[in-house]
Amino acid sequence: MSRAPAPRPVVLCFGLGTLCAMGFAAAYVLDLSTPVLGAVLGGSLTLIALALAVWSHRIDQEEPDYVEERAIGPTSSEQFEHFRQALTESPVPRSGFLWGMFGLSVTTLGAALLFPLRSLLPSMSEVPDEVLSESAFSQGRRLMTEELQPVKPDDLEVGGYLTVFPDGSDPRQDVGATLLIRVSPDQLQLPADRTNWAVDGVVAYSKLCTHAGCPVGLYADQPAQLLCPCHHSVFNVLDGAKPMQGPASHPLPQLPLALDGDGNLVANGPFSGPVGAAWWGYRA
Amino acid sequence: MRARRANRVLRLADERLGYASVARKTMAKIFPDHWSFMLGEIALYSFMFLVATGIYLVLFFDPSSHLTTYDGSYAPMHGKEVSSAYASTVSISFDVRAGLLVRQAHHWAAHIFVGAIVLHLCRIFFTGMFRKPRELNWTVGVTLLILAIFNGFAGYSLPDDLLSGTGLHIFFSIAEGTPFIGDWLAFLVFGGNFPGDVIIERLYALHILIVPALIAILITVHMAVLIRQKHSHFSGPGRSDANVVGSRMWPSYAIRSLSLMFFVSAVCVLLGGFAQINPIWVWGDFSSPQITAPSVADWYVGWIEGALRLFPPMEPHLLGFTIPNQFWAGVLLPLVTFAALYLWPWIDRRLTHDYGTHHLTGRPRESPGRVAIGVAALTFYGVCLVAMSEETLVQWTHAPVADIRNTLRVVVIVLPFVTGFIAHRIARALRDSGAGGLLLLSKADWRRAREVRRAGKAPPIPPSEPPTEEESPEAPAPGEPLDEEGRPLTESPAWVHPGGRIPE
Repeated sequence: MSRAPAPRPVVLCFGLGTLCAMGFAAAYVLDLSTPVLGAVLGGSLTLIALALAVWSHRIDQEEPDYVEERAIGPTSSEQFEHFRQALTESPVPRSGFLWGMFGLSVTTLGAALLFPLRSLLPSMSEVPDEVLSESAFSQGRRLMTEELQPVKPDDLEVGGYLTVFPDGSDPRQDVGATLLIRVSPDQLQLPADRTNWAVDGVVAYSKLCTHAGCPVGLYADQPAQLLCPCHHSVFNVLDGAKPMQGPASHPLPQLPLALDGDGNLVANGPFSGPVGAAWWGYRA
Repeated sequence: MRARRANRVLRLADERLGYASVARKTMAKIFPDHWSFMLGEIALYSFMFLVATGIYLVLFFDPSSHLTTYDGSYAPMHGKEVSSAYASTVSISFDVRAGLLVRQAHHWAAHIFVGAIVLHLCRIFFTGMFRKPRELNWTVGVTLLILAIFNGFAGYSLPDDLLSGTGLHIFFSIAEGTPFIGDWLAFLVFGGNFPGDVIIERLYALHILIVPALIAILITVHMAVLIRQKHSHFSGPGRSDANVVGSRMWPSYAIRSLSLMFFVSAVCVLLGGFAQINPIWVWGDFSSPQITAPSVADWYVGWIEGALRLFPPMEPHLLGFTIPNQFWAGVLLPLVTFAALYLWPWIDRRLTHDYGTHHLTGRPRESPGRVAIGVAALTFYGVCLVAMSEETLVQWTHAPVADIRNTLRVVVIVLPFVTGFIAHRIARALRDSGAGGLLLLSKADWRRAREVRRAGKAPPIPPSEPPTEEESPEAPAPGEPLDEEGRPLTESPAWVHPGGRIPE
């Protein structure tokens, strides 16, 4: 019995695909680099795909278009009526009312089962609005670097800046992340009630952008401006970090500074407002 | 010999399940031949690829925020205190053999998955195939898009690197921007104030189990409705609302589709091997003092990021409430976007007064108004994506960031009207001139289109009612092959494949 030969390109592609698959196994064993692994595995998949594509193309050349009737449509009204009757017939009286009661109990059950969602916030006494309004600093709390060192004003040159945290806090919980920036004191134009918030030209602002909470990490010395890398809000360091550009709509909260007995920088009170982005209950 | 053994297995199974006649019918299912019908399949196959690579990654990833000392083979990080999530992702990249290939292929596949869904959605939108009876499957598809975007974002956040940590902080702030319940919502999701110590674990459960399961279920629903309603198809000879013309599933379409599956996997693997993506060891772990570099999001959430940059600064206080700035771009825009998508079949129906059932895929030109709206919307989101890449524009033009932002603020409002208008005019010219396609549209076609409109002889909008039996008397019988003019081929038995008919 003589048979027509299989299409050459298909056989070839399947064959090469098989070789590439073996190549992947070998590349793995030899611990070859990621591009090599990708090339042989991707090559194998590509060749198998090609073989199948050529094969299916050959089939399509032999096959005509086929047609299939679309037998879907609305049920005839008579049949639909049968269905409706079967659905509503009931040997027990007032089944409509019973279904209503079922609906009431299940809805109540569903609503009651929402309550345990409260456990997603593990502390049962925590009120988000209060936590967000809380300041990470209080009167006399020292400002520490990431390496847990206290900071003196002269650790910063004019034009320098440094990220600090409240003494004893976990730097990974970043509500306390604060930027210390030193400018020359005569340039400062702080609001009248904040004239004594700076020490030797060192000012402190929350590092969390008031737009969407990103760390405001870029500082330009001339003019003294902070830039948020996420949405490009710009804050003026000299006048209390009022937003100058971009979407941020309120100033970075400022931290009043003072010196302790050892000449280290400490907070002279809480932040001037909640840090980070606003929420609907936000009060400046 | 081998054939006989295979035959025996088939027979054994049929004796127990009696599946042969159902399988026979399924094998005769008709798939339309147009390429645009394969976009959804690309999404399906990239999802399968994501599941396969995801299962491998799960075996090595440690979804924990707990600190650990890194001691893997990436020397610059030796001795550093980082989260287990970050450390294990770096290990997958350097210490698990083939781990980086799988990780990068997984990330690329996520882009292809969301991208294919978006293109598929565009196909359905511009050809009007969300219309009755496919509104339900349209809403299933929109839900799949939302889930795909969310799962992409969740997966992006798992390595706990510097970029994803910043992304999560933005996510936290957006959650805070939800009207009235925002602070509670954000705290419930993160288990406290940002960053808390549970978000990686929670996103992990969502990313590897809950959302993929939902996606799998909805894909099943999507397919089931598709099989029940059968494919739509482009109009042509012998084609009507009452039939489907194309290739049979077996033996032709199954092999074609299988080929596509291998191609999709091949593209993901080749990208994973050659194109670096998300090198988290370069970004570093998430720790706020370090972030200085411009941050960018993956494109499928990038439009929100871009809109956040463009929205002007304002934070009004009303009746004791503050409306946070991030509410508009972060909460309202996605809500409006997805609400509009969900409701589109019903909005379109109101606008066009087209309440009929459609199985013939319209060409986009048949509804210039819809083309205009679609193109305008795509332009809007496109400009938002450009705003996400402001940095690149700054590098190219050396213009100040503020100028570029102000320009984009105007462009994002004006350009959609311009492109929408142009798209409308082109679609109308194509419709009225009958030109073959966008690239074939000549000056003469524009003239002809204008004359046709002036003479008031614009071709009528296709009938919205399904054609009755009288209108399509030549509708061929089921399972019947057609010749090139769409006439049944029953008379030329040489063309009839012996298994071509659906058994009655």
